Amino acid sequence: MSEPILEVRGVSRHFTRHPTLAERILMAAGRASPPPVVRAVEGVDLAIERGEVLGLVGESGCGKSTLARVVTGILPPTAGEVRFEGKPVAGLRARERLDYLLAVQMIFQDPFASLDPRMRVHRIVGEALSVHRLVPEAEVGAAVDRALADVGLDLAYRDRYPHQFSGGQRQRIGIARALAVKPRVMVCDEPVAALDVSIQAQVINLFLELRSRHQLTYLFVSHNLGLVRFLCDRVAIMYLGRIVETGPVAEIFASPAHPYTQALLEAIPRLHRRKRAFEPVQGELPSPLAPPPGCPFHPRCPAAVARCREERPELRAISPGRVAACHLLEKG
Amino acid sequence: MSAPLLEVRGLRTVFHLADGTWAAVDGVDLEVAKGEVLGLVGESGSGKTVTGFSIVGLVDPPGEVIAGEVRFAGEDLRAAGEERLRELRGDRIAMIFQDPLMTLNPVLTVGEQMAEAVLEHRATDERSALAMAGEALARVGIPSAAQRLAQFPHEFSGGMRQRVAIATALLNKPDLIIADEPTTALDVTIQGQILFEVQKLTRETGTALVWITHDLTVVAELADRVAVMYAGRIVESGPVGEVLDAPRHPYTRGLLDSVPDEAAHGARLAQIDGMAPRLDARPAGCAFAPRCPRARDECRTNDPQETAQGARRVRCHFPLAAGEAR
Repeated sequence: MSEPILEVRGVSRHFTRHPTLAERILMAAGRASPPPVVRAVEGVDLAIERGEVLGLVGESGCGKSTLARVVTGILPPTAGEVRFEGKPVAGLRARERLDYLLAVQMIFQDPFASLDPRMRVHRIVGEALSVHRLVPEAEVGAAVDRALADVGLDLAYRDRYPHQFSGGQRQRIGIARALAVKPRVMVCDEPVAALDVSIQAQVINLFLELRSRHQLTYLFVSHNLGLVRFLCDRVAIMYLGRIVETGPVAEIFASPAHPYTQALLEAIPRLHRRKRAFEPVQGELPSPLAPPPGCPFHPRCPAAVARCREERPELRAISPGRVAACHLLEKG
Repeated sequence: MSAPLLEVRGLRTVFHLADGTWAAVDGVDLEVAKGEVLGLVGESGSGKTVTGFSIVGLVDPPGEVIAGEVRFAGEDLRAAGEERLRELRGDRIAMIFQDPLMTLNPVLTVGEQMAEAVLEHRATDERSALAMAGEALARVGIPSAAQRLAQFPHEFSGGMRQRVAIATALLNKPDLIIADEPTTALDVTIQGQILFEVQKLTRETGTALVWITHDLTVVAELADRVAVMYAGRIVESGPVGEVLDAPRHPYTRGLLDSVPDEAAHGARLAQIDGMAPRLDARPAGCAFAPRCPRARDECRTNDPQETAQGARRVRCHFPLAAGEAR
């Protein structure tokens, strides 16, 4: 297999707050413990192959958005490394680092919060081109027009402000902004979750068109499993900061291996099912401040055994191209 | 057939805005029988939420219900005074909103506000009201319910809060629940838990349910009947299986095609072009005509009337035959 375009190795991202002055004094005197650490992402290995659409799936709070931000360079990892086209990005300098940051673009969930309300569309889309002098100033306008046409926005809108657009159009502006710098990877964080069903289909179709038109690679973060099944080639399932299963979409949806993946897939409502008797998954995602010992899923897992409460399972190959982290899947 | 529990006829709710008066709900007919689940489906701006609010008399200025009839167990709710509506709401009729913080009072403990909902409508003492609240919390799957009663809403996670709101709605075993996108903001596993509770309730106590949502997949699995709204009107309604398997309105067909659920992997989705019209810019004729691939001249000038066939109704000049594509 060729080298992955983007890879994370052993990446963790922790969040903590700075202790207040009083806390620092108490800590120095040994009378207080440091503020709690949220382990949003913990020891994740993940590779995105050139040209594929990789889905990253999980419930709110599982760390999928944090991982997306680490991959794009918005957040530095607390531990581990991100590699872009074979090179660790932490070691990139100047031109190389800029090349990585521009090549990996992000599309955000909220098209209302991700556009500066005081900028006109052409400035939003053209800002990076001007700031980084990617094209001569005289050609920025034409490049902006190309990006707008690429996402199906009327060029007559280029002088308008974001508030004059609907949610779907705003999302297109965000996509045009990302496309303007000619990215190779697009990291999309729940890009259609805020849109109406009929508008969702329009934006999904746009993602499909852009993929073939520009040979893009996508990391598609979503909790919408129906959408992931439709759009992605491979999928990684995240639970409480860790990847619990990875594999080709068709295989995972046909025969999920990890009990969490099974529960998640069972919970998706389907159009063709009628009057289903709902069977609830027990419990909720535990707090990442106090993850349970052993397998993070064991408190909710219907199949948990004693070992699951003590020892955390590692990701292991279960068939070619598939890995899962579950004691019950071990052979023998 | 006996009279439906809830019957809405010709409901019209307008908003008086600076630049004119616009109808958010423009002549809606609905009925829900005891123990029945009606899925009310529509996109943002279709009027589905305003319909729910209009039924329970919660439309505030600049909104106003100007026409139509709302009958609940034979009683005309539009003629009922505010006092009578307050008696009914939270007792015989309950509402669940998308954002549970809308219903929960941040400065009261969960137990206090749940007990209040009981004491408001029942001649009982606070002790037994709290006991009822505890039971209701346990019913919706909240662990250590008794301790949780002493906590404030902010101490609950989003999914837990929605379950508190649902438990509160269930407290007095209402005859009718109107739920407005109650699980939209929740994860699928939490949504599954809530749908499980709601389903149990309709089965065990015969509570009727109006489930307002944009999510056709939830409606497919939960509802008995479905009504699809577009631009303030119900454009198609009928038994869930029939409507979803063989939609007659091109909008319903388009919505179903927009769901990637059944689509072939990576194939282009059959999208509906364009956007829903704004409240103040509804086109003449059929409101869906500008986005409809079947529209002809007649659709752009004449408003289609609703036609009925058995249990199904559709508002379209050129409805689809069974299985026909758009």
